[in-house]
Amino acid sequence: MSNLHVPNPAAGNPEGSVPVRIPVPAAAQVSLQADQPISAVRRYLLSRGSSSVADRIFAGIMLLCALVIFALVALIATELITQSHLSWHAFGLSFFYRFNVDPITHLPLFWDPVNGIFYALPFIYGTLITSLVALCIAVPLAIGLAIFLTEMCPRWLRSPLSFFTELLAAIPSVVYGLWAIFVLVPLLRDNINPIFIRIFQLPLLERLFGWTHLFGDNGLFGGVNLGLGLLGAGAILAIMILPIIAALTREVMSAVPNSQREAALALGATRWEMIRMAVLRNARIGIVGSIILGLGRALGETMAVAMVIGNSPEIHLSLLSMGHSMASVIANEFTEATSDMHRSALIEVGLALFLVTIIVNAFARLLVWAVTRGAPARVQ
Amino acid sequence: MAARPRQNLHSAWRTVKDHLATSLAILATLLVVAPLVAIFFYLIYKGASSLNLAFFTQIPKPEGEVGGGMANAIVGSAVVLGVASFFGIPIGIGGGIYLAEFGRGTKLANAIRFTADVLNGVPSIVMGIAAFSLIVVPMHHFSSFAGGVALGIMMIPTVTRTTEEMLLMVPHSVREAALGLGVPNWRSVLSITLKTASPGVITGCMLAFARVAGETAPLLFTALGNQFWSVSLNHEISALPLQIYNYAISPYDDQHRQAWAGSLVLIALIVIAVSLVRFFTSRGTLKGAS
Repeated sequence: MSNLHVPNPAAGNPEGSVPVRIPVPAAAQVSLQADQPISAVRRYLLSRGSSSVADRIFAGIMLLCALVIFALVALIATELITQSHLSWHAFGLSFFYRFNVDPITHLPLFWDPVNGIFYALPFIYGTLITSLVALCIAVPLAIGLAIFLTEMCPRWLRSPLSFFTELLAAIPSVVYGLWAIFVLVPLLRDNINPIFIRIFQLPLLERLFGWTHLFGDNGLFGGVNLGLGLLGAGAILAIMILPIIAALTREVMSAVPNSQREAALALGATRWEMIRMAVLRNARIGIVGSIILGLGRALGETMAVAMVIGNSPEIHLSLLSMGHSMASVIANEFTEATSDMHRSALIEVGLALFLVTIIVNAFARLLVWAVTRGAPARVQ
Repeated sequence: MAARPRQNLHSAWRTVKDHLATSLAILATLLVVAPLVAIFFYLIYKGASSLNLAFFTQIPKPEGEVGGGMANAIVGSAVVLGVASFFGIPIGIGGGIYLAEFGRGTKLANAIRFTADVLNGVPSIVMGIAAFSLIVVPMHHFSSFAGGVALGIMMIPTVTRTTEEMLLMVPHSVREAALGLGVPNWRSVLSITLKTASPGVITGCMLAFARVAGETAPLLFTALGNQFWSVSLNHEISALPLQIYNYAISPYDDQHRQAWAGSLVLIALIVIAVSLVRFFTSRGTLKGAS
């Protein structure tokens, strides 16, 4: 709407019966969200014109501050691209999938800064596997926690429990790493890994599922059990991304209207059936969004992973083997990079990480927004 | 006639499923709480037993020697975080004011809000590389200033989003009252709207502060770390998370002990900040608005 009905005080119309149209400057003609419309009085007062110069300058400065956010993303992207062009020119796209073969041992050779070999495949593999392990552990637990908090928890327990999980999100990653080195890794090595190793080396399973190559000495749990490695990194990542997934899942679950729950209960559903049919079903898009946000965090997590993943640029199927992730290789080698090519290759790994996390986060945000900002959940 | 027992069986099965789901949810909750309790237990148990006065007053001893402290790291963290807040908080609040007061509902504001959320998810190590190539490369040496800028960049999106949310809670009648008294809009925004929302805005800033206080990755190749006293913006500086990292991966038991103590101090600072936030937001300063 371009004009506005306001009783014009200057006209001195005592009846106020004839609404006078006064023009509204372009700045005030924003399309408004329905919940908080700017009232006619305020719009009139804004458009009076007194001190409009100061107002414009102020609005301009605030706009500049907001545009800094755009500028930052652009700046980070251009810096990463210009600083990594050396390795881009040398290796091209093959940086991400090729490898050399060691002439003596005939093993694949990915990353050898001394001899100038830079291929990023093991880091991509390490990042993917640790994130996958983390999601496999964290997602069921986070959804269980969110269900407990929104649907089952007694009122007195709700606030301290959610405070506890928020605290989990506030712990710095270096402290997680410290705890992982001295508590989680020994625990995995001595108590948990042997169970998995025994299961995965059962002769029966090996005979039945041997074709998957996941069982036996060269399988998912083969090799030396050090505690450090991909599984340890995945486990600590799971603990770190749990609070994010749980908090967002809780938020989308609370956004499901109560009438849906009541309808399900009125039809004679048990509590679990109510949760499954009314809550989980309506919240599923938001839950997927929160899982992807957790994935975004897991992909970029640096310090805790760098401290337990073992730091060796190799690819092995076994989850017990040492690895390297994209973030951890940057953290470990960047300050020690002596050649320009080495540094450039590391920055290219960082650029790939930047792009991947931006895509993952944007996708997840869109999903979460679609649920929490849009209309109430649709009835199926 | 035959349908009756089958129906009973069916409803019994449904009850069993219901109980199963309930116990699984409780089990999940316990499994989530267990590592948290374990982390805090170890932090307090190992950290408190290694805290002493020397930790707060001395600088690190050379490799392998017993004793020393992290005084320089605590001061270094304060310097780096001071620089970060100097950049991050004003720009962040300004962005929040734009989103809530001027750009509300416009496409530009939506795009900025979205970009802020996405920037929030960019890994901290990438911020470190960006600050490295922006500041360390032109200056040819590592500096605490570069570390502060890296952390400041990370604070901006968080501060912007929380400021916006808090400003949106301020009732319109307050703004209209100010404008009706003839206060110019910019004064009204700064000393009426922002002031009304200030408890929320401050908690937002403290949350962002707490978040970057524990960041290690952006400091690895910007502030670099330092074994000696330094408060200069132009030199390498130590920071608490950096020192914890270096000591955690070192081979000496005494350094492990200090890493635990440092973690306890760091966590204590962060928990105090988060608890204050909880305290202020739960007092309902801003509840019932609009």
